[in-house]
Amino acid sequence: MSDRIEKRIELKAPVSRVWRALTDYREFGEWFRVKLEGPFVPGQISRGQMTYPGYEHVKWEALVQKMEPEKLFSFTWPHPKSFEKADTPPDYSKEPVTLVEFRLEKTATGTLLVLTESGFDKLPADRRLEAFRRNEGGWTQQLKNIESYVAQKP
Amino acid sequence: MHALVFAALGDATRLSLVAKLCGGQLGSISQLTRGSRLTRQAITKHLRVLEGVGIVHSVRKGRESRFEFDPRPIEGMKEYLDFVSAQWDQALARLKSFVED
Repeated sequence: MSDRIEKRIELKAPVSRVWRALTDYREFGEWFRVKLEGPFVPGQISRGQMTYPGYEHVKWEALVQKMEPEKLFSFTWPHPKSFEKADTPPDYSKEPVTLVEFRLEKTATGTLLVLTESGFDKLPADRRLEAFRRNEGGWTQQLKNIESYVAQKP
Repeated sequence: MHALVFAALGDATRLSLVAKLCGGQLGSISQLTRGSRLTRQAITKHLRVLEGVGIVHSVRKGRESRFEFDPRPIEGMKEYLDFVSAQWDQALARLKSFVED
């Protein structure tokens, strides 16, 4: 059991290319599937709307932390109770946040990207249970949708 | 509270209590103290910590309380982490395709 998630992925592309894909708000939006209002700026909130199939109603909000060129890009973002459609838009300022960090390293074949998301220990247990249990059927279906979507558009 | 569950489990005595109970059988304080160098009082204190985070519940049976293990707080955390982890796998796969084209 852990309070963090870490992923390591080898990318066959130069560090500068990966850095651009992460920190250019339009490029980030393309692969992450979010339409962002403007560029990422350290210390500023980035806002947008998810374009992910099934989640187009979900608002994106993240507070940009660090942008150390070609080394580290980080932001904090909220974990709301639920991603279900709501009549009133959620107030993310009241939600607990986790920290997302992208670290880049040059390798012989391109770039090693290390993604870390930490701070899960700050998320209230009852909230996570509720969000997951209520949406369990929905998420399972969405994960299936993701799989077929990615397979169609590699 | 997630942080408290971690704290609750980050103790050798409490971990061993959870290990004794997670097979599903109820344990009384006497049974749980047996074989331990700790006093009844100390064991009770540890059980109350586990109760406080919802991993253990006391069940009144006759004169003595018995304790049972509840995996739901732990399962909830694990499920959520697995879910977030799977989302990242998908997102990073899309990033990979995006930069390698």
